[in-house]
Parts: sequence; structure tokens; C-alpha cells
Amino acid sequence: MGFFRKKEEKEVKVHKEIDIKREIKKAEAEKEETLWLKCTSCMELLYRKEVERNFSICPKCSYHFPISVEKRIEFTFEPETFKEFYSELAPYDFLKFKDTKPYSARLQELKEKTGRNDAVVCGSGRIGEIEVLSAIFDFSFMGGSLGSVVGEKITRLLEEGKRRKIPVIVFCSSGGARMQEGIMSLMQMAKVTGAINRLKEDGVPYITVLTDPTLGGVTASIAMLGDIIIAEPKAMIGFAGPRVIRETIKEELPPFFQRAEYLLEHGMIDMIVDRREMKQTLHKMLSTILS
Amino acid sequence: MKHYLDFEMKLKPLETRLEEIKRFYDVNDPHYAKEIKSLEKKIAKLEKEIYSDLSPWQKTQISRHLNRPRTLDYVDHLFKDYFELHGDRKYKDDPAIVGGFGKFNNLTVAFIGHQKGRDIKEMAQRNFGMAHPEGYRKAMRIMDLASRWKKPIITFIDTPGAYPGVGAEERGQAEAIASSMYLMFSLCVPIVSVVIGEGGSGGALAIGIADRILMLENSIYSVISPEGCAAILWRDGTRAKQAAEYLKLTASDLYQLKVVDEVIKEPLGGAHRNWKETFTNTEKALVRHLEEILSVPPEELKEKRYEKFKRMGFFLEEK
Ligand SMILES: [Zn+2]
Repeated sequence: MGFFRKKEEKEVKVHKEIDIKREIKKAEAEKEETLWLKCTSCMELLYRKEVERNFSICPKCSYHFPISVEKRIEFTFEPETFKEFYSELAPYDFLKFKDTKPYSARLQELKEKTGRNDAVVCGSGRIGEIEVLSAIFDFSFMGGSLGSVVGEKITRLLEEGKRRKIPVIVFCSSGGARMQEGIMSLMQMAKVTGAINRLKEDGVPYITVLTDPTLGGVTASIAMLGDIIIAEPKAMIGFAGPRVIRETIKEELPPFFQRAEYLLEHGMIDMIVDRREMKQTLHKMLSTILS
Repeated sequence: MKHYLDFEMKLKPLETRLEEIKRFYDVNDPHYAKEIKSLEKKIAKLEKEIYSDLSPWQKTQISRHLNRPRTLDYVDHLFKDYFELHGDRKYKDDPAIVGGFGKFNNLTVAFIGHQKGRDIKEMAQRNFGMAHPEGYRKAMRIMDLASRWKKPIITFIDTPGAYPGVGAEERGQAEAIASSMYLMFSLCVPIVSVVIGEGGSGGALAIGIADRILMLENSIYSVISPEGCAAILWRDGTRAKQAAEYLKLTASDLYQLKVVDEVIKEPLGGAHRNWKETFTNTEKALVRHLEEILSVPPEELKEKRYEKFKRMGFFLEEK
């Protein structure tokens, strides 16, 4: 017994040393990371500041990096015109779901980190002189996943659009369903689809902007039901994720598969618009439709 | 061919022997009559032991049981003068989804359902009930006919999920699912959905926007398969048993969460143990729910359908 214990202690020591080294390395990498950024698309190493100055667009390949909700508001609406709705809605762990950590703890952490209750921000704002209602997904909050709060907020927004006859624009970025809410996450697809149906049947324009990535249940409801569907360059858009597809068919996927350009070619979206021209494009489109 | 799940295996020798006697020997012979009686007693006792307290994972296995009746079995037993329609008129016919019209309880209705197939050959041909966009587009074609002909719709849900493949993505899997749900919200005819086996994610929901949602006792309905969930959360597909518990995917869970309107009782052990009883129970439930919604005015029906789904979801509203 004594022998084994000694060996264990020794191993612990070794592990600790490795841990410290690893921590130092990690800290260095993090420091580097704040300065440099690797492009998801062309793999080029980029100077972070330069990317940020460029609307978070890769200067080498024009891949559009995900941006914060605040940035999206800044790029899309006239200054000081965006008013947030329904921010009082908050999620809770009704299934008592626990993966690597309890869902309730995860929610609390994210609330502290993002200052937000859930993965979507809804509100109204002006694009030029045109008032619109808009929902913007926050990918940094549980991958923009479709939970009860996201479904409820978007449903209310769509109902508001129907009531006031104001166009609705949804900026999507989502990994899809929120497993931690089980069947209720799935049912949000149905719920928002019902609300989209009622908005569209009243002839109120519904526009979706798909950004990297838009996948799963969000694609198969909110995103693909747009009267007009716009995508950002190189955005990944699909129902099943590429990993699942690769594992199912056991073959390599075609180049640019599930990228915005591929979807445009296959007739699944209307246009690809550069982030720097998004606002003008939306404005022109809306003023033409509404006149 | 009778299949047994791992936890059902104890039944196999007893049931095999019972069938053997019934087939090859004189059942009136007192010797065999006695053995039959004893076997039946043992089987009944064992059934109770095995099936009385099924876990969510065991129910998941039963929902996928190879001997479980499929959509076309229900149609064949519950519908008269029925016929199937084929093709989406755009690309091809997807055998993973079936649909058509027939007489149910003296009423002409449309039926639509996933069809998994029963033997290996049929399962492969039908892609295990995993539809491509064409399948949902065929379903929409039939829904549109039902709407114009003013016929109620019954949908049977039984799929692991929509197929994740290159062609499916290229031809708009997400668009097809979204549009099918969208169309179901537009329809002014009564719709009842029954989950008869596996309700796998968006591929199931695509034909599941209904005025009444029923679920067979041992069927499941989930946002993701337990295996898929375990693979994502713990990078370990073998923890599916645990995931099945967390996901709350059984019929009784969904009834408690108010997603389904009724749980249809299955014979002890599951639908595969007694098809006839399963069909009878399903028929009774369908008749009752259809009768209730047939009297609702069309526009109100549509409105109520939206309200039903609008109520779904749990959240806090801080004041
Ligand atoms: Zn790049």
C-alpha cells in the first residue's frame, strides 16, 4: 500500500508542474489572442484591431466574423433610435437539466458575463426614416440557441409587427436548438413559425439576415421563412451541421458546402450582402417595398 | 421475425416454446395443455416484471422496436378504401414519408406519416423514415389537397429525424421543414397528429403542427436523440441512457409539460406485443379528438392552433 501511495504523490507533483507550465502557456496564448486573430475561413493570422476597424471583416478573404449585438445595432440603425423590448423575460431551468454543469448555473454565469438574460435582443429602431422591428441573435449566449425566452421574445415582436404593420428584420446566428430545454426548445420552432405565418398573411414584410453560423432549428423556422433572405458573405447556413453530415455519409463534403455562396447558387437565399452595405441595402429594399 | 430487446430477452425461450407447441403439437393433449398453461403463467409474470416500470431509455428502445406497427400498418387497419399518393411534383418521390386519402370512421381524411419500414430491405429503401426535402414537399401537396377538398388530416409521426445529407441540404431541408410547419398553421381543416414511435426533432415537428397531439405510451418526442445529446454534451454517445432521462422525452413527460393532449395506452410491454389492441386504442382516441374539433369553425380552428403553440415555453417575467 505504502509503495502505491508514494507513487501517487509523485505523480501528483509531476502533474502540478505540468499544470503550471500549461497555465503560463495558456496565459501567453491568451495575450497573443487579444492581439492576433486567426480567420475562420482563410486561416490567415490577422491583427485584431485592423479586423475590428474593418467591421470585423477579414481583409484577406472578406469572411464576416460574428459581431456583438451592440455592433449590429450600431451598424444597422440610426444612432440612439434602437429601443429594446421584453428584456425583463428570463429563462429558468424547468427540466433540472445537468450536463457538465447545471443549466441554472450556466444561465447565471452567462448573465454575469453578457449582462443579458438570454440569446436574443428584440426592439425597434430606424433605418433612415423607416421604422422597423428587429430581433438580433447573440451567438455568445449559449450559441444563440432557441430556448423558451428566445421563442417568446421573437413571437411577441412578430405580433407587434402584425399589430402595427411594421416590417420585421431578424438577424440570425444560432447553433440551433437548446438541448437544456428539451422538447420546449423544439416547440419554439413551431411557435415562432405560427407567428411568422400571421405576420406574413397580413402582408407585412419579413426579412431575415443570416450570419455565420445559422444552423438547425433556427434555420428550419425563423431563417428560411423570410420573404426576403439575405446572407453575409461566407456565412455557414444549414439544417444539419457539417460534422453530423460527414459522419452520416462518411464522405468529404463539397467545397463551400453550406456557405452563403453555395446556398445562393442553389436558390435558397436571395442575395449576399457585405456588412458595410447592409444598412443601405435594407433601406433601399424597404423603401421600395413600402412605397 | 420476432425481435427482442436486451431487457426482453428472458421472454424469448418461453415464447419460442409456446409458439412451437401451438404450431407442431396437439394443444388438446392434456400434457401440452398443461405446459401451455404453465408457460402462459410464466410469461405473464415475467411481462409484469420486465415492463411495469420502464425507464426513459427502455421506452426509447421500445419506441424504435423493429416489431412496432408503422404508419402504413395503422392506415391499413384503421382506414377503408384508402389510396396512397406519390411524389412532390418537383423532384422525386420520397418513400420515407407516405400519404394519401382514405375513409376513417366513415369520414374521408388525408393521412400523412413517416414510414420506417419493417424489414432490412424496406428500411433501407425508406431510409429508416428519415425524409429528404421531397418528403416534406409531398406532405405539403397532400395537405394542400386536403385543405381544398375540406378533409381533416391525420399525421403519424415516426422518424429518427430529417436526413442529414448533402442532397438534402442542397435541396433545402430547412426550407422544406419550415414551409411544412408554416402551411399547417395556414390550414382551416382539423388536424390530429399521433406520435406512434420516434418523434425525432424538426423532421418530426414538420408534420406535427396539429389541433390535437396524441402520443402512444411508449413513444418518444425529443429535440435531439439521446445518443446525439450525449455525444454533444459529454462527447460520449454511450451515456444515452442518462440523456434520455434529462431530456424528458417520454409520453408521460410530454403530457405533464402540456405538449401533448393525450397519452394513448399501449398493451403491456408495448405496441409490438399486441398490434390489435394498439390499433383499437389509437382508433378510439382519434375518433374522440376528431369529433371534438370537427365542430369548431374553420377560422377559429386555425386561431386556436396558433394559440396552442403560443402557450408553449417556460420563462420568468421580471416586473
Ligand atoms: Zn479570411
